Amino acid sequence: MKAVFLSLGILLFGAAGALAQADAAKAKKAESRFDYAELAKAPEKARSRRNPLAGDDAALAGGKKLFEQHCAECHGAAGEGSAKAPSLVAPVVLEAAPGALFWLLTNGVVRRGMPVWSKLPEAQRWQLVLFLPTLKVSQPESAPKPDSK
Amino acid sequence: MGRFLGGILVAGLVALAAPGRLRAQESPYMVTYDHYLEEPGNLEVEYFSTLGTQRGGHDFHAAWLEFEYGATAWWTTELYLDGQTTFHDSTIFTGFRWENRFRLLQREHFINPVLYIEYEQISEADKIVKEVEGHDVEAGHAVPNAIARQDHNHELELKLLLSKNFKGWNVAVNPLATKPLLPSGPWEFGYAMGASRPLALKASARKCNFCLENFSAGVEMYGGLGDTISPGLHETSHYLAPVAAWNLPSGWTFRVSPGFGLNDNSHHLLMRWGVSREFSGFGEKVGKLLRGHP
Repeated sequence: MKAVFLSLGILLFGAAGALAQADAAKAKKAESRFDYAELAKAPEKARSRRNPLAGDDAALAGGKKLFEQHCAECHGAAGEGSAKAPSLVAPVVLEAAPGALFWLLTNGVVRRGMPVWSKLPEAQRWQLVLFLPTLKVSQPESAPKPDSK
Repeated sequence: MGRFLGGILVAGLVALAAPGRLRAQESPYMVTYDHYLEEPGNLEVEYFSTLGTQRGGHDFHAAWLEFEYGATAWWTTELYLDGQTTFHDSTIFTGFRWENRFRLLQREHFINPVLYIEYEQISEADKIVKEVEGHDVEAGHAVPNAIARQDHNHELELKLLLSKNFKGWNVAVNPLATKPLLPSGPWEFGYAMGASRPLALKASARKCNFCLENFSAGVEMYGGLGDTISPGLHETSHYLAPVAAWNLPSGWTFRVSPGFGLNDNSHHLLMRWGVSREFSGFGEKVGKLLRGHP
């Protein structure tokens, strides 16, 4: 029994390490990995949806809080991107239709590591979409320019 | 048993010591699964208790420790360590489970399926009642620990986790089938289903522990459906359980759920509670550790 537990522990620990190492190796190819192509796949019906919270300052503040809680870890505190996730201050994101961002947030990009965020209520996803364009204002000038092919 | 308690202690110390920004948006379910997986690279450490009433025997307190790791955005793997204390009897370690959940579709659909595969090696003394299957009944838990722990089961459990979100509500249905491998036995069937909703759908502007959006509540129902030899509802147990969760911005989640037996084969009450904490970037940190980087 002890051997089984020890083996399982080593297996899980090793698996976590191996996955993490694989992540680190992939980070070097991050620029080519994050191609933003998924945004273009948003159906027209989804893309044309308007943000029902547009102009709501309280909702915007809530969106900032949600960004810090759920997005900043991978996308960076200012949305600048990281080895794990693409920049959110790239023009292709900042200029995207709110409906397209909402669609992407809802569906994730599962095969590339972005979870589906439909676990957040619809209103909270719209709050995040409301907040994203404000990242442009707070982004330092030296921020890296992501590849937006 | 010492190993089990030691595991709980270590997990507790890790949970208290670990720094970092953490996410928490956990469902309130205790038994039912929705279709959401752990975020990639994150580790969630969870502790759950089940306090059960027992006719024809002694009441019990069963507990499990759970390590849930997001291997990818479509695969979550978990290790459970189970134990129980039967009052006026003894405290024992009852076994382990290794669970894997695979997201079957890349995007959100009308109904979202996740495949659940679990291998478990537990003794007959296991009482966590994490699922109810086949002809599981209350009388099965009345056997003294010294006798029940001598029988070990190796089982393969399959579930199809079906889940949908609609207007803030989550509705989930989990049919399950279990195959005893050693000793071999017939396929056993069961179900779990639930519905839940956050108390507020919009996030408030301020950072807070007690904002309504941090709380969610709902109800779940679970029970057995017999086996291939004797399918149906006879000699099965069923429970109805309100569920509630409190997700703190710090990454902690507290859950509570009183489960009420719906027939004479069920425990009158299964009082459950649990606490969990998510550790973001666990895989990355382990990788750095293995590579010798701080």
